[in-house]
Amino acid sequence: MSSHAEPLGGPALGKVSKWILWIGILGVVLILWRFAVGLGRSTGLTDGYPWGLWIAFDVVTGTALGCGGFAMALLVYIFNKGKYHPLVRPAILTSALGYSMAGLAIAIDVGRPWFIWRIPLGGFPDMGKYNWNSALLEVALCVMAYVIVLWIELSPAFFEKWKDSPKEGLANFSKKAYGIVNKLLIWIIALGVLLPTMHQSSLGSLMLLSGPRLHGLWNTPFLPLLFLISCIAMGYAVVVMESALASRYFGRPSHTSMLADIGKVAAYMIWVFLALRLVELVLRGRLGLMFQFNVFSLMFWLEIICFAVPAVMLMNAQKRQNLGYLFRAAMMLVLAGTMYRFDTYLVAFMPGENFSYFPTVPEMFVTIGIVAIEIVLYVALVTVFPILAGRSTTAEAH
Amino acid sequence: MAFDRRSLLKGMATASAAAVASASPVKAARERKVVPEDARGMLYDTTLCIGCKACVRACKEANDMPADTSTPGMENYDAPTDLNEYTKNIIKLYKEGDRRSYVKRQCMQCVDPACVGACMIGSFRKEKYGVITWDKERCIGCRYCQMACPFNVPKFEWSSLNPYIVKCEYCRQRAGDKQWEPACCEVCPREAVIAGTYDELLAEAKRRLAEHPDRYEPKIYGEKDLGGTQVLYLSHVPFEKLGFKFDSEEPVPEMQQTIQHGVYQGFIAPAALYAGLGVVMWRNRKKSGLPEEEGEA
Repeated sequence: MSSHAEPLGGPALGKVSKWILWIGILGVVLILWRFAVGLGRSTGLTDGYPWGLWIAFDVVTGTALGCGGFAMALLVYIFNKGKYHPLVRPAILTSALGYSMAGLAIAIDVGRPWFIWRIPLGGFPDMGKYNWNSALLEVALCVMAYVIVLWIELSPAFFEKWKDSPKEGLANFSKKAYGIVNKLLIWIIALGVLLPTMHQSSLGSLMLLSGPRLHGLWNTPFLPLLFLISCIAMGYAVVVMESALASRYFGRPSHTSMLADIGKVAAYMIWVFLALRLVELVLRGRLGLMFQFNVFSLMFWLEIICFAVPAVMLMNAQKRQNLGYLFRAAMMLVLAGTMYRFDTYLVAFMPGENFSYFPTVPEMFVTIGIVAIEIVLYVALVTVFPILAGRSTTAEAH
Repeated sequence: MAFDRRSLLKGMATASAAAVASASPVKAARERKVVPEDARGMLYDTTLCIGCKACVRACKEANDMPADTSTPGMENYDAPTDLNEYTKNIIKLYKEGDRRSYVKRQCMQCVDPACVGACMIGSFRKEKYGVITWDKERCIGCRYCQMACPFNVPKFEWSSLNPYIVKCEYCRQRAGDKQWEPACCEVCPREAVIAGTYDELLAEAKRRLAEHPDRYEPKIYGEKDLGGTQVLYLSHVPFEKLGFKFDSEEPVPEMQQTIQHGVYQGFIAPAALYAGLGVVMWRNRKKSGLPEEEGEA
């Protein structure tokens, strides 16, 4: 069952990567500009909408899309489905990149990022006086810790490569570190499940504090549970999309039947999500809000449809054996989860009629640039390090 | 699909325990906060305010706030249109046909404040006299207080490169004085806004309401709304016209903290989940009889 991952080989920075890198560089320039002119001039943010695209997409959606590692760890290590092992390492890489970039986005978004280090390192002399009730404090600490955990989870891929390095020091270090990481792996992976369970649900709890100003279709005590379930479904969807793309562009085994299984698990998660959501609205007597024909009910239905379509698609046992079909369903699911997060953080948030928000062009290009950097790093890392399952492994190897 | 039922069930049990532990809305009792004994507050009465804005100017002076010249067409005047990064106190006008009313906005000094519940490192605190203070040294500018405050009170210095939060703190720099009053209350020529202890003010509001039931809306805003505020309002027009849209008696942080406390009480649930996950994986690894090296991620 062990997956023999192999590097793609070739230049780490290919022709396409170089073009994409330019978009990333534009993003970096705009980030520098944001620090030169301040948040007021560079973004569309106001006192009414203090959180915008960077929080809703880069942080809240970005980390949910980075839940592939979490979702696969659940499947492979907790449900003990070892045969899906070849999908784990690439999933962890996407997660590590997604979470690292979310961390970068937070540093760009807060007003005084040069003090962020104080939060985990006790730079404020009285940690006891931290507000341990704050869901945001929990998210901040968990996300910082999880970024580290993800890179440790991925580190065997680096050590496997480096242990054959001609540099003796690096080779020896890698051999030693590889052994240590392997010994501790269970406890590291357990953290890798615990931390996202905590902070992904807390990303939902966060908005409970906006309760009075959050539209009734989204404001529910189930927010944490709904965020948790949907992030796992999105994690599986991202694994499907990423594997499909890797097989298409890098000629790696497509693992279609494994992806089909994962798609089915994702479908179940969506059904649970939808059931919880609707039952809760019925119980709280808020069904009427769905039929008011305003922007909120419209967005609500759009969201529900975007969730339901892939859920129905992925229940079809025959058709989901087709990689293209799987890919389309997964893409739809990712879109649905993204919409749910945008709606909760922006659309359903009602600070008052005199406020409006739309991201500025530089704001959007920072987000696009960050995604571009993620893509370039992904390609470079799978080129150099053994992350994707090798050509030699047959797709259905057990 | 290759899931056998037993392992599926076992995994499901672990996963649902995880989900429940981390996210389900457990109803653990969270005590309702009450007005502190030494609480001070304000009472604002729309029938007395003539909109002279003496309080706006006095607030700027007392708190050393810059003029707001950002209003289009008013670049030569300090003419804020709302609370903002230059303005901690404002008089606004509501007008609809013949009906009109002024309304003063500043921090409401909530009994159970959302900003205090939101702030990560405790920059916002409810301190002596129930005044909600904000500590400059601790703020990193995440703006969660702004997302949380139901009254849109905390403002952010959007134009600054080293931005802080701006918010009325009941002129706490004057707390040493015997006649401690916030500048706005001290200066008001009509006593439309008065300062005092919460108990005095609530009694006074009730007295006015009883004496002139024809003059006011039959409600003291802030007495119970969103768990209560130490700034109280009497009005001759419906409160929602003045921007007070919420009359639920549930404090804003209640739901979130009930869930958070239920789940993270003593950190037991997360620790148990962590141990559980470790044990499940350890047994899985043993059962599959793999050498340790094969378990790599």
